[in-house]
Amino acid sequence: MTAHQAIPPQPRDAAPGEVVMQARDIAKHYGAVKALKGVNFDIRRGQVTTLFGENGAGKSTLMKILSGVIRPSSGEILLDGAPVTFENATDALSRGISIIHQELALAPNLNVRDNIFMGREIIGPRGGVDFAAEERITRALMAELEEDIDPLTPLENLRLGQQQIVEIARALQARSRILIMDEPTSALSASEVEVLFKVIRDLTAKGVSIVYISHHLEEALTVTHHAVVLRDGEMTAYAPRAEIDLEWIVRNMVGENFDLGSPPDSRLGAPALAVEGLCVPDASGRGLAVDHLDLEVRAGEIVCIYGLMGAGRTEMMETVAGRLRANGGTVRLNGRDLAGLTIAQRIAAGLVLVPEDRQRDGLVQTMSVGQNLSLASIGSFTRGLFTSRRAEAQVVADAIREVTVKTAGGGAMIGSLSGGNQQKVVIGKMLATHPQVILLDEPSRGIDVGAKAEVFRLLAHAAKDRGLAVVYSTSEVGECLSVAHRIIVMRRGRISAQFDHTVTKEAIMAASGEAVHH
Amino acid sequence: MADITNSNAATRRPRMNIGHMLLEGRAFFALVAIIATFSVLSPVYFSLSNFLIMSSHVAIFGLLAIGMLLVILNGGIDLSVGSTLGLCGVVAGFLMQGVEVPAAGVILYPPVWAVVVLTLALGAAVGAVNGILIAVFRVPAFVATLGMLYVARGVALLMTNGLTYNNLSGSEALGNTGFDWLGFNRIGGVPIGVIVLAAVALAAGLMLARTAFGRWLYASGGNARAAELSGVPTRRVQIAVYMLSGICAAIAGLVLSSQLTSAGPTAGTTYELTAIAAVVIGGAALTGGRGNVRGTMLGAFVIGFLSDGLVIIGVSAYWQTVFTGAVIVLAVLLNSLQYGRSER
Repeated sequence: MTAHQAIPPQPRDAAPGEVVMQARDIAKHYGAVKALKGVNFDIRRGQVTTLFGENGAGKSTLMKILSGVIRPSSGEILLDGAPVTFENATDALSRGISIIHQELALAPNLNVRDNIFMGREIIGPRGGVDFAAEERITRALMAELEEDIDPLTPLENLRLGQQQIVEIARALQARSRILIMDEPTSALSASEVEVLFKVIRDLTAKGVSIVYISHHLEEALTVTHHAVVLRDGEMTAYAPRAEIDLEWIVRNMVGENFDLGSPPDSRLGAPALAVEGLCVPDASGRGLAVDHLDLEVRAGEIVCIYGLMGAGRTEMMETVAGRLRANGGTVRLNGRDLAGLTIAQRIAAGLVLVPEDRQRDGLVQTMSVGQNLSLASIGSFTRGLFTSRRAEAQVVADAIREVTVKTAGGGAMIGSLSGGNQQKVVIGKMLATHPQVILLDEPSRGIDVGAKAEVFRLLAHAAKDRGLAVVYSTSEVGECLSVAHRIIVMRRGRISAQFDHTVTKEAIMAASGEAVHH
Repeated sequence: MADITNSNAATRRPRMNIGHMLLEGRAFFALVAIIATFSVLSPVYFSLSNFLIMSSHVAIFGLLAIGMLLVILNGGIDLSVGSTLGLCGVVAGFLMQGVEVPAAGVILYPPVWAVVVLTLALGAAVGAVNGILIAVFRVPAFVATLGMLYVARGVALLMTNGLTYNNLSGSEALGNTGFDWLGFNRIGGVPIGVIVLAAVALAAGLMLARTAFGRWLYASGGNARAAELSGVPTRRVQIAVYMLSGICAAIAGLVLSSQLTSAGPTAGTTYELTAIAAVVIGGAALTGGRGNVRGTMLGAFVIGFLSDGLVIIGVSAYWQTVFTGAVIVLAVLLNSLQYGRSER
């Protein structure tokens, strides 16, 4: 087996740019929630088609449909002009469609060779696995991708960027001609992104079609041939690269004149939260995820923390809230040192966190809307030994009103709510404890634009009316310039810049180290 | 925005149809079906006295099942309850025989109330060891309680040298009579064991539905990370849950040895599995967060009334085992139907 055979040749009769796969009126409903409302677009041979859209716009749902993970509620997929229905992801894979998820689907305990052939082992003449042949092909694939990775290296010893290359090799080995990449650069370093883009260019030159999803708009623009923009489950624009620019994408993503609010004219009080010299070890324990960070937030003030993934925003917030342990620095709430206090004690003291991942850390799926809303403030409706149903109903009703949750009532199951309303439940739960400081980690993640505006509006109200000190983080620069009085940019665990709300998006992005790749 | 209740959100009132109702109340309907079937098959089955006798059998693993429910709601499992039951019975028997204090040269005969208190404390201590291993040292619940299953059983065998304490009645002269009261006496015709079960079930039900601790238990079983971030002391809850399970096992041990007026070291062997079965038949999810005392009680009665019914109509004990197994699998099948529907 030579290196040239590792990547399958494409049919010669198909010209570059010819449409190989089409989505026609694809719609997907989850109960009453419409994730996709009829999307059309083409994937062309040997070209990159990028899907742009905010969180919750339906990009991931569409990708799951194209790769056979889920089935559309209506609409059809045409492959080489003929309608197809994928039974499952394996079926789609056998027709040459691979998806590389944001979270890689590899086994860290196995080596590169075994990962590439996982589930598709080459069986030798005597019924055993032909490891030698597998290794040969793996070497050829790595040579093709110009990555110096030994096939026998355990996957867990590779950097994330290299692991991504292994995933790509795996897709190529399966003779994929359509490769879907969901946020492939979100965890990569700048040099790794360069390598990935080179691989993408090589692949397209060989006739592989790529569907690309990214939040890094400039970055995606450097590699794409076509742009598709989704907004709230609808396709709002489709154009070849030559006809578009960054502004066109943002306009179509966010919609015209969309207003996420402006900083409330709240009366700023004394410093509510004071963080000094905070250090938090990173996951490996060798480096620092948060590196001597200072932050002061006054009562009634809203501070936005902008940064890329891995900038240390989540670690900073979780440490302040008491979930992670700091290895240096102090956190003060209204002058009181919080060292050694548990999460529960910090909540009682008036400091709360709305976590980033609401499914994993925010909601109890087995409980009702009301029970979720009242979970953090059970003490306020416990009379003696028992909870008071009436007092609890009051707490729940107040919370539903305050954060405007659209629900059939407190008794509805939490899973019946849309993402935006679920997020409001998590926020409402923490506001029901009557905090003085609220930290929100990516509060707009995975919710639609309308819900986003409502979330920011309720934060502005809480800051103005209650004198609440609000700190929220975001990775979408447009959301910095909404209700925040101050914008802090984090980069590699440190504050790299501070701005007031009159700053431009470009200045924020420059301070975050958001590299523009060429 | 003013009208928040009437909205287009994805919430609809659950439609009640026959299938849904049968699924929701499956343990109840199963119990009704069992009673109806055996009443037709045997003339002696349907009588108050038989129901009371069967109920006093149910009391033993019903008590274990309540403890097990708390653990399962919390997302864990307690395999040690059968052994804890045996150990607590043996320790109660040991105390009733009198404790020899060599230094003073006397034999102490603790009164029955003290025996009960000490036995319950032992159950709590066994549970505390489980809970600390699981909550603090992060030993998987399955492994920690499996180890305790062996250790507790081994200690019970060591204490008795494999023999059984037979004389638990105490004597008037020593002032420690009344141990058999738990197992034999009746109040208003109802065996004490059944009354104890009812009291424990009521207390557990109230605790789950109406106390902060109950809410913490459901929350940390449904999503421990979210509960922790909401200020729930998840570790303390976890330890407390295993202690409560140990106490339930101790109560069951007292009732059983009192019913038998003897305490054998092998009492309660495999009862942990019956208790898990009762909880599962009662509709609780083994993944935690879902289930209630009413369901578990129905589950315990389904198992008890089924196996006693099979005895009454003279079916071989081996068939009983087969039937019980089939019922358990059927129950889990229905559970996954109920909880799995919304997944995709």
